[in-house]
Amino acid sequence: MGKVVVVTSGKGGVGKTTTTAALGAALAQGGQSVVVVDFDVGLRNLDLVMGAERRVVYDLITVIQGVAKLPQALIRDKRIENLWLLPASQTRDKDALTEEGVGLVISQLRQDYDWIICDSPAGIERGAVLAMRHADAAIIVTNPEVSSVRDSDRIIGLLDSKTLKAERGERVEKDLLITRYDPARAARGEMLNVDDIVEILSIPLLGIIPESEHVLRASNLGSPVTLCAPTSEPGRAYWNAAQRLNGEDVEVIVPSSKKGFFDRLFGRRAA
Amino acid sequence: MNFLSWLKPRRSAPVARERLEILLQYERSLINQTDLIAVLREEILRIVARYVVIAPDTVQVKVNRGSTVSTLAVGIRVHNVPAA
Repeated sequence: MGKVVVVTSGKGGVGKTTTTAALGAALAQGGQSVVVVDFDVGLRNLDLVMGAERRVVYDLITVIQGVAKLPQALIRDKRIENLWLLPASQTRDKDALTEEGVGLVISQLRQDYDWIICDSPAGIERGAVLAMRHADAAIIVTNPEVSSVRDSDRIIGLLDSKTLKAERGERVEKDLLITRYDPARAARGEMLNVDDIVEILSIPLLGIIPESEHVLRASNLGSPVTLCAPTSEPGRAYWNAAQRLNGEDVEVIVPSSKKGFFDRLFGRRAA
Repeated sequence: MNFLSWLKPRRSAPVARERLEILLQYERSLINQTDLIAVLREEILRIVARYVVIAPDTVQVKVNRGSTVSTLAVGIRVHNVPAA
């Protein structure tokens, strides 16, 4: 039986899709079978970030409506053979996402894959609730910024009340992934630091992804950052997070502010 | 930007943290409270429905919080027929 993980945040633009692609690719590269599922009906983007936008024929909604069978909608990654994508629909009505339909798709995927990683839409509406509904575990993606931290807190509350596990009195594992982190600014007290965020949200830390040009470059190229820049800072940070997600006993890589003399001298003014 | 503002430290993160802590403490208590009322409503409904026929949509649960005493008001419309 596969494990269902939802990548969620409440706030938009914090890196859910980037994270889904990066972690999915890393786990698949490690030999496990992985399917990444886009729940953002009407605003799908996981296909684009994965570089599969021209191969989408069917999607999650067409499967739920019975227009297509699940295997027809699944797209196999061209780089890693045990990595698959189930895209969201771009045109159909998002109300077509039914609880029953999602339940059937997830239970089928559980049979066939080790990991089912669900990319949640932003917000706390129906789509976001359905994306987390069947989750065994959740990754809460948070930027070191007040609105993102507040929204993450709200999402944690929903995970504890609206998921099937919560309704059965069980606990959804919740882990924090801090993205777009700038260690130099955090060190200068200009940005919430890792301890601030961990203490406020009080959930375990999965990883810290530093702000980096490699992340944008990866999405420009349509290749998860763990594949196209595995040795870059964000690439290594995501690999580290994937290992921890996989239950391996490794320490979180804490990004350091390696600044030269001139950066130190002028850093404050540039910030 | 003058010379003095350039020298001034800009530690805004502690302010962010303090604001968040105060806000989230408040918001968490609100959410727990609304959950509590929903649970209470369901529970009351279930028990009353054992004995009389009620219209579930007409049940109202209100909590008025006072400084020393709070009141809990439950209003249920009951049909004038005995339960089967």
